[in-house]
Amino acid sequence: MIRTPLRPLARILDARSKGQNPDVIEKENLAARNDALRDTSRARAEKRLILLALCFFASFAVIGVRMGTLAASTPTEPRAAAGGSAITAQRADIVDRKGRILATNMLTYALYAQPRDLVDPAGTAMALAEIFPELNAKDLQRRFTDGRSFLWVRKVLSPEQKQRVHEIGDPGLYFGPREMRLYPNGTLAAHILGGTAFGTEGVSSAQVIGTAGLEAFQEARLSDPAQSSTPLTLSIDLTLQATMEEVLLTGMTTLHAKGAAAILMDVHTGEVLAMASLPDFDPNDRQGISATRDPSDNPLFNRAVQGVYELGSTFKIFAAAQVMELGLATPDTQIDTAKPFRVGRFPINEFDGHNYGPTKSLSDVIAVSSNIGAAHLGLMIGGERQKGFLKSLGLLDAPQIELTEARSARAMFQQPWNDVVTVTASYGHGVATSLLNLAAAYATLSNGGTKVTPTLLHSDHHVLGPRVVTEETSQAAVLMMRRVVTDGTATFANVPGYQVAGKTGTAEKPKKDGRGYDKEKVINTFASVFPASDPQYVLVVTLDEPVETAGPKPLRTAGYTAVPVAAAIIRRIGPLVGLRPLVEETTLAEINAPPKKPVAQE
Amino acid sequence: MRPFLSILSFILVMTLAFWAYRENYATQTQLKDMAKVQNQIAALRDEIAMQKAEWAYLNRPTRLRDLAAMNFDRLGLMPMAALQLGAASDVAMPVAEPLLISGEVQADGALAPVLVGSEGAQIP
Repeated sequence: MIRTPLRPLARILDARSKGQNPDVIEKENLAARNDALRDTSRARAEKRLILLALCFFASFAVIGVRMGTLAASTPTEPRAAAGGSAITAQRADIVDRKGRILATNMLTYALYAQPRDLVDPAGTAMALAEIFPELNAKDLQRRFTDGRSFLWVRKVLSPEQKQRVHEIGDPGLYFGPREMRLYPNGTLAAHILGGTAFGTEGVSSAQVIGTAGLEAFQEARLSDPAQSSTPLTLSIDLTLQATMEEVLLTGMTTLHAKGAAAILMDVHTGEVLAMASLPDFDPNDRQGISATRDPSDNPLFNRAVQGVYELGSTFKIFAAAQVMELGLATPDTQIDTAKPFRVGRFPINEFDGHNYGPTKSLSDVIAVSSNIGAAHLGLMIGGERQKGFLKSLGLLDAPQIELTEARSARAMFQQPWNDVVTVTASYGHGVATSLLNLAAAYATLSNGGTKVTPTLLHSDHHVLGPRVVTEETSQAAVLMMRRVVTDGTATFANVPGYQVAGKTGTAEKPKKDGRGYDKEKVINTFASVFPASDPQYVLVVTLDEPVETAGPKPLRTAGYTAVPVAAAIIRRIGPLVGLRPLVEETTLAEINAPPKKPVAQE
Repeated sequence: MRPFLSILSFILVMTLAFWAYRENYATQTQLKDMAKVQNQIAALRDEIAMQKAEWAYLNRPTRLRDLAAMNFDRLGLMPMAALQLGAASDVAMPVAEPLLISGEVQADGALAPVLVGSEGAQIP
């Protein structure tokens, strides 16, 4: 590049000779140089801008064309993608602890109609009413002809019904595929599983949602597409559940009870192995049950979890455990059982006016189930401490378990916790709690003293709960309960080989009008732990208004009702859970002796 | 040389085109086959789910209980009881038959007394 001088000598000399200012020439030349520089840089910038614009145009054009093709073309599935993903189950199966199916899905069809396409609405309505007795031909015909363009006829069809609808052959009838929840075991574990219903319904599919029990509680897990192929494993054992329900039903029928419930729980993990509530229902057909006015008569009502009852003398062991825990007494300490007394205006009496003499050892108070003895224990402990202890056992809260119904089953007790409550609570009155809470509390008391939280889900890892009582107290409490079975109120529960330990409880139901208790209507409970030498399982059995009529006068105490039923259950499930019967030292005289009668009642 | 090269490249292009054409259709056939197989898999899965449900239904405890009651005598069943349980070590093992050695026994090499059989019969 040739550099143009700013002050060309020739022009300067010329200007000087003419007397002009040579600086003007310099300025002129400088301006010219700047102009040239500006022109070149503008051209360069223009080029760059155009290039950039082209780039943007190209990329937007690519995106635009791609969007256009995607919008215009028909969608296809990526066929080359690796297959093998499960498409069938939209809701995960539920299986028991050994993998046996409790709930699964079945492909079925829903029937819907598009009345515009119907050739013969009247004839079709007649034919459909013939297939499905619950449909009304006239009503159906009216709905076919009132101008609507779409209507559901039936939510699920069996294959036979579908074939018969096919045979009607009307082009206005359509089938929509449905995945239906199926409980192959029928009424088995009905209260645990709960039930399902269709949520949002479409022509090609319908959403299945849990409406009660575990199905509702685990809705998120069961309907999670990522986990739909892995079944939800429960802690329930199908065999134990079936056995328990069978024995419980037999017991309920022979004792004329209007309801019954039982829970079998692992004392260490809190896993519920079986839980039954009778009367029960078929979760496949939940809709068929009408709600009655009294919830406790409704088959849908889960007595084991939802039922909040005063559980009677089964609570005495808690008072006994607490006095031992506080160091106030040992099993041999003599407790005053002399005579009925009053707390405020509230009289404390023995059941049926029994008299157990001036004093009894703590162990005997539990064995014969003395109310007065237990009341004295309550007074020894004091209200604050007693309430704290019952709370630490979980008895004063709603049961914690994976069922939606559990949340509403709050324990009931009088506020504030005054002396009357303290005294009555020590023998199980004035405090109403769920049966599941009782089972968990017994598990806590007998497993060495660590808190047990009941669960329905099977897991290999269990975290030990916080300590509630010491191991010594736990052992002493189990020994006391063992004495209840060997020499006390629950001798019918002495199943050879299983060292059953337990505590009976009979509670009269409050009268409907709220004035006092009804002597003829009782709730009998037997809470047991076995085997006593190394507690493994807790079994709680409760019967609602049972009466034993085999003898000369009707018997309504737990020793004659709940205890034999519990014994029958233990006899059946003992071998099933794989417990080896323990050989006990017996003498010939003991073998030949007739079975002992329960010594005294409550 | 130049015409030869162009003919060669033409042939090459035609061969490649033919190959690509065939590959294209082979791929499409494969995709169709795969779609068919996947549909089959889905159908089979449906059937398996159905069979499992059926199996669970047939094995429901109430039915098994009824069947057991029905065939109680014929099969000589016994109600399950605690007494039937025991440890594996309590089961008597079959008594081993002592070796039947008659006549002359010939042995080679050095002999040491060896315990044989459950009866403790020794071969000298």
